[in-house]
Amino acid sequence: MDFLTLIQILDSSVRLATPLLLACLAGLYSERAGIFDIGLEGKMLMAAFFSAAIAASTGNVWLGLLAGIVSSLVLAALHGVASITFRGNQLISGVAINFLAAGLTVLIAQDWFKQGGRTPSLLSGGRFEGLEWPFAIGSQDAEAAGVPVSQLMKDANPVQQVYSELISGHSILVYLAFLAVPATWWLLYRTRFGLRLRAVGENPAAVDTAGVSVVGLRFAAVAICGLLCGIAGAYLATALQAGFVKDMTAGRGFIALAALIFAKWRPWQAMGACLLFGLLQAVALRFQNIELGPIVVPVQVMDALPYILTVVILAGFVGKAIPPRAGGEPYVKER
Amino acid sequence: MTLMKSLMGAAATLALSAGAALAEPALIFDLGGKFDKSFNEAAFGGAQRWAEETGGTFREIELQSEAQREQALRRFAEAGANPIVTMGFGMADPLSSVAPDYPDTKFVVIDVTWLDAPNIRQVGFAEHEGSYLVGMMAAMASKSDTVGFVGGMDVPLIRHFGCGYAQGVKAVNPDATVIANMTGTTPSAWNDPVKGSELTKAQISQGADVVYAAAGGTGVGVLQTAADEGILSIGVDSNQNHLHPGKVLTSMMKRVDVAVYEAMTAGESIEAGVFSMGLAEEGVGYALDDNNAALVSDEMKAAVDEARQKIIDGEIEVVSYYADNSCPALKF
Repeated sequence: MDFLTLIQILDSSVRLATPLLLACLAGLYSERAGIFDIGLEGKMLMAAFFSAAIAASTGNVWLGLLAGIVSSLVLAALHGVASITFRGNQLISGVAINFLAAGLTVLIAQDWFKQGGRTPSLLSGGRFEGLEWPFAIGSQDAEAAGVPVSQLMKDANPVQQVYSELISGHSILVYLAFLAVPATWWLLYRTRFGLRLRAVGENPAAVDTAGVSVVGLRFAAVAICGLLCGIAGAYLATALQAGFVKDMTAGRGFIALAALIFAKWRPWQAMGACLLFGLLQAVALRFQNIELGPIVVPVQVMDALPYILTVVILAGFVGKAIPPRAGGEPYVKER
Repeated sequence: MTLMKSLMGAAATLALSAGAALAEPALIFDLGGKFDKSFNEAAFGGAQRWAEETGGTFREIELQSEAQREQALRRFAEAGANPIVTMGFGMADPLSSVAPDYPDTKFVVIDVTWLDAPNIRQVGFAEHEGSYLVGMMAAMASKSDTVGFVGGMDVPLIRHFGCGYAQGVKAVNPDATVIANMTGTTPSAWNDPVKGSELTKAQISQGADVVYAAAGGTGVGVLQTAADEGILSIGVDSNQNHLHPGKVLTSMMKRVDVAVYEAMTAGESIEAGVFSMGLAEEGVGYALDDNNAALVSDEMKAAVDEARQKIIDGEIEVVSYYADNSCPALKF
């Protein structure tokens, strides 16, 4: 395996990790505030559909992104009303959101576009294109030189390879996702809002005693969760792909939950976990069966590794994963 | 009580006779979904053509899970649908247990040829022959001497596609490299365009400049990425040339629509048995239309048409993956 192959695999991991990372951070806000959210998958799916649908009909990807975020926020509000205002079971509400999104997206898509639950393919204006950084090797250089980009890339020096292949060329949402990590860390650990948000997930009664609204804080957390899931869904449908297809999230919301547990509900570690899971997927896609001397590791093992790792963590082999103490329990004010 | 009984009896008789009189054909789509722009959509196209020409109606269901296969079969059979057309190798086991229970109902199954029942019409396609032809075209269109193959779920049928393709590539250029990847091992592999995209990108970075997708809905992502990255792609089952005009080299046509149309036209009197649709029967072939006319040179067309004739005449033998579950031209 040469250096360029390694860079290409890392590049692929970044693309695959981005939706996981956005969803994982979304879950982090919600769960740190004491609201378990297994509806990440459903919110992403809904956002994927609406972003693609609006981008397809208006030809403007930013309107699509907005529509995706709004649709995800609506589902987040639903989850909030069910689990915060009416103190329902958070897991059941999350499951309901997943089912609702799976069915509703296909139904609306069929009604609007009559293409069997998918949106029309997005043209160039309706998609997030990759941002080519200055001095990076791109299609224009290739045209000027008259050879394919892959050839130019092969001849470049390692620094240029890393810069052009790994750093440059992603869509703006990828950079946004990675910027969200330090932003989340700062918000949670360096601001008053963050302290209260963490407190409300550990001991809401104490927050209430201090005269801060538990309900308000939890709704804020759920809304941030909806926002991030909306971006994740829009990334899937308008940046990675050019349109929505049925069930296109393909379980990524659940892998994000696994990453959240793996990271023990901390932002930097969440990024590490998502990149690790992205890397596992990228390796599995690049090398289907890996031969390690006499043993052949089948591709299924790679696909299952995120879940296996999460179970190992949950079983307490590598440190202990302790969820926020008040997680999953609706807050009832004492009378 | 007796009145109730006779009333219900009358209602039941009425329902039964109504069912028998109707005898609409039924169509059961496979897990990829009715609008996969590929295998199932071709079947729907055939059924649609039948409905338009005869003014008849047909019943249909899109399966959502493996468990629904037998249930859907039984419900259509109970409702008196005849013939019941089913799609895909996954129907083999459910059919072999359901068909004997309804000896008067005719079943049709596409992509299955190994069942033993007097009331099943089994239609198999010589996908390896069609794939051989598009493989030749891929090798001729490739400048890097590296071509790719993206399969859907890793099952013998898809290996059968890939094997024919690789043989076609090697026939033109024995030194060419064929990179073959499968999307997954579960039915979700038919519907994961994001994974299809990544596989295509990985193949492009390994030098591939023509990619053949035999992956149902996942192929939409493969074709999209190929068009984005400026390489050629090859569609499958239906004519997919129109998806990205000028970027899709050709499509390996599998005339599922013809098989379904014929089955519905024949109706209840359809002949059971095993039928094979190859190049000679025009069951498989390559697609040529306005969208890809500029990509297919005369030389390419002449070579492929010659090979087609030779395969029909038996001068060229395309090895089937099914023969001994291995492929001479490609290691999976």
